[in-house]
Amino acid sequence: MTNKVLILVGTKKGAFVLESDAARQSWELRGPYCETWPMNHVIADPATGTILAGGGSEWFGPAVWKSGDLGATWTHSSAGLAYPEGEAPIKAVWSLAKSGASLYAGVDPAGLFRSDDGGETWSHLAGLRNHPSRPHWNPGGAGLILHSLLPHPDDDRRLWVGISAAGVFHTADSGETWETRNRGTRADFMPEDQRYPEFGQCVHCLVMAAGMPDRLYQQNHCGMYRSDDGGRHWTSIEAGLPSSFGFPAAAHPRDPSTLYLLPLNGDSAGRYVPDGKAAVWRTRDGGETWKDLRTGLPQGNTYFGVLRQAMATDRLEPAGVYFGTSTGSLYASADEGDSWTCVAQHLPTVLSVETMVVEA
Amino acid sequence: MQEDPACLPVIVKLPAALVRLFPEASRQVEIPASVATVGDAIDALDRRWPGMRDRICDTTPSIRRHMNVFVSGERATLETRLAPGAEVVVLTAISGG
Repeated sequence: MTNKVLILVGTKKGAFVLESDAARQSWELRGPYCETWPMNHVIADPATGTILAGGGSEWFGPAVWKSGDLGATWTHSSAGLAYPEGEAPIKAVWSLAKSGASLYAGVDPAGLFRSDDGGETWSHLAGLRNHPSRPHWNPGGAGLILHSLLPHPDDDRRLWVGISAAGVFHTADSGETWETRNRGTRADFMPEDQRYPEFGQCVHCLVMAAGMPDRLYQQNHCGMYRSDDGGRHWTSIEAGLPSSFGFPAAAHPRDPSTLYLLPLNGDSAGRYVPDGKAAVWRTRDGGETWKDLRTGLPQGNTYFGVLRQAMATDRLEPAGVYFGTSTGSLYASADEGDSWTCVAQHLPTVLSVETMVVEA
Repeated sequence: MQEDPACLPVIVKLPAALVRLFPEASRQVEIPASVATVGDAIDALDRRWPGMRDRICDTTPSIRRHMNVFVSGERATLETRLAPGAEVVVLTAISGG
């Protein structure tokens, strides 16, 4: 039986936690945690109930913070979270993911680390940076960041990563070797005859469909896409959406054909919600058709954006959907997106949103 | 009897924001005079409070861009030599937004 639901929020100035019961009607805010460091990604390890927060301080560098008591106390470590001497040092942790007993961290500049002791110490998986494409990786607006990490739920040797702006890569051997997985995704910022390269696309967010590990969705700088073969081929699903630009994507916890996106008005148009009116867009058929969800969301004079890791679902029935804005507001829906409530305002810029369901 | 000046410990002063990350640490630390450089002094801090080196230094290795270390009032690097009794001041630089 569900005892409580937590929204884990990474912001530019620390991590926050919001807590509610299963009804998800009223929320209590706690924080800021992590000494107000910028926290790019805050996740839950459902197996242990641990909260993990990855980020980096301009003063003190990168670290993964950890709380075993739902945020009351925290420790931090960056032991082993380092490139060899002489290489550009790691600025920040950008993404975290649990896979079996392992924890993965994606960092800026892009690279992948694994911890087998719950985040106390880290090892570099150098295979990714040894990929032949590595000398040609270019940073996106937020840096050369590894921001999306998708472990295969049934095969711990398999993992997808998304790097801005290098694209999607897949390993089937625990990170030793990697393949590009970008076929069919556009790079509109390249000359006209080079818009479908093998790599170099600006992937913004990569998510996996529930129960279908080879069905992936991605929000790209240049379009929205679905793949049904683990990223070998991507199909555009942007028809019916108000723009091809956005950052976050969130998969439904049970239905592999339901996806949530939050398109913004365009990369050179301000990057806020189209027409100053906020909407989450939902598909129930894998991206064939879309419905805009606006009930409870501001429908005028609204100029926020939502960043790449700042939208999530929970695993309750009906599913909760959540997003945090660049202007520090947090919106929640307890009915799969049909209606929304603003559950926090005036937070620092929201960088990530994840959820945790705690059983009684 | 006067203390031998060659044995005077190095004094390291740490910023509050750094000490908050290591609850056992204190703002002022004495390190045996045997440390020869700022890098050695930071290594000694790291032995006392594991992980502290990574907060002051990056893996270049050098002092982090937004951290400042001063020895006898002069901006220092990891290679700066320390005389017995030297005062090392670690400060957070202007940063952020």
